[in-house]
Amino acid sequence: MKWISLAAAIMLAALPFTAHAVEPDEILDDPALEARAREISKDLRCVVCQNQDIDSSNAGVARDLRLLVRERLVAGDTDAEVIEFVRARYGDFVLLKPPFKPGTYALWLAPAVLFLFGAGTAIVVLRNNRKRLVAAKLSDEDERMVAEILATEKGDKS
Amino acid sequence: MKRAVAALPILIALVFGAFFLWGLNPDRDPNAIPSVLITQSAPDFDLPAIEGVDVPGLSRRDLTGSAEPVLVNVFASWCVPCRAEHAVLTRMVERDGVRLFGINYKDKPEDARAWLENLGNPYERIGSDLNGRAGIEWGISGVPETFIVAGDGTVLYRYVGPVVGAEAEEKFATALAQARTWKGGNP
Repeated sequence: MKWISLAAAIMLAALPFTAHAVEPDEILDDPALEARAREISKDLRCVVCQNQDIDSSNAGVARDLRLLVRERLVAGDTDAEVIEFVRARYGDFVLLKPPFKPGTYALWLAPAVLFLFGAGTAIVVLRNNRKRLVAAKLSDEDERMVAEILATEKGDKS
Repeated sequence: MKRAVAALPILIALVFGAFFLWGLNPDRDPNAIPSVLITQSAPDFDLPAIEGVDVPGLSRRDLTGSAEPVLVNVFASWCVPCRAEHAVLTRMVERDGVRLFGINYKDKPEDARAWLENLGNPYERIGSDLNGRAGIEWGISGVPETFIVAGDGTVLYRYVGPVVGAEAEEKFATALAQARTWKGGNP
C-alpha cells in the first residue's frame, strides 16, 4: 500500500513535466518571468509543426523562439512587445489567436453572422407556422356547418 | 419572397462548393507560411565567417550595392536536401553568374568545413549562424531556404525547401527573372 502511494506521488509530481517541451536549461531563474514566458509561448505557433504552440513543441526553431522570448523578457520587454517582436519576423501566422483586422473579419465575424442568420431563419419559420395555425382555425360559419353535419350523422345512426 | 427562400439552399450549396473547390486545388499548399519579409528591407544581421573556412562572413550591407539581385541561401551540412540543392546552386553561380551568399545555419564549423571541401564552395560569402538567431531574423522555418534580394536590399522572393527538380528550378528561375526586371515598388 505504501509502495503504491509512493508510485502515485512520483507520477503526480512528474505530471507537470509531461505536457510541454521546455527543457531545464531554458527555464528562467525568476519564476514570475518564467510564468510570463510560458503564457506567451502558449500563444505563439511553432512554424515547423504547425498547430502546436512553441511551449509544447520539440522542434529546433520552437526552442530558439522560446529562448528568444525569455531573452526579451529578461531585457525588460512587456508581453505585448515580445509578441510583436516575433510577429515582426514571422507574421500574423505565428499568432495562435489571429488579430482582428480587415483580412480576418470573415474569420471572426462568420460565427456571429451564421448564428444571426440561423436564428433569423428560425424566427421567421416559427412565426409563419403560428400564422398558419391561426389561419387553420375554423370560422364561425365552418363551425356551424360542422355542427350541422355532425347532427345529421347522429340522426342517421340512431 | 418564397422564391428567394427556395433559392437559398442552392445558394448555400454554391458558396460551400466554391469553398471546397478552392480547398481541393492541388497547387495550394496549406502549410505555406507567407513571409513578412517580401517587399520589405532585408533584416539586419552580422555573421562571422565559419571558423577555419577561408570565406568571409556575411552581414546585411554585403547584400546591397549590387545592380543584379543576389541570392541568400540558408544551409547546413546536417541538412540532407541541402546536399542535393548544392549542385543546383553551383550551376546557377557558374552558368548564370548569380551572386550567391550563404548562411550556415546551426552547423558545427568543422562539419561545415568538411562539407564545403567535399562538395565545393559556390558561396561568395558565408555567415556562420551558430545559435540560429539570424535565421529567426530572416523568419525561416527550416533549412534550406533561399531568398532573392534586390540590389537595394529589398527581399523579393523566398523559396522554402530545396530548389531541386525541374518544377522547383523553373519556379525559382521565373522568380529570379522577375526580380531582375524589378525596379522598386511592388514586385
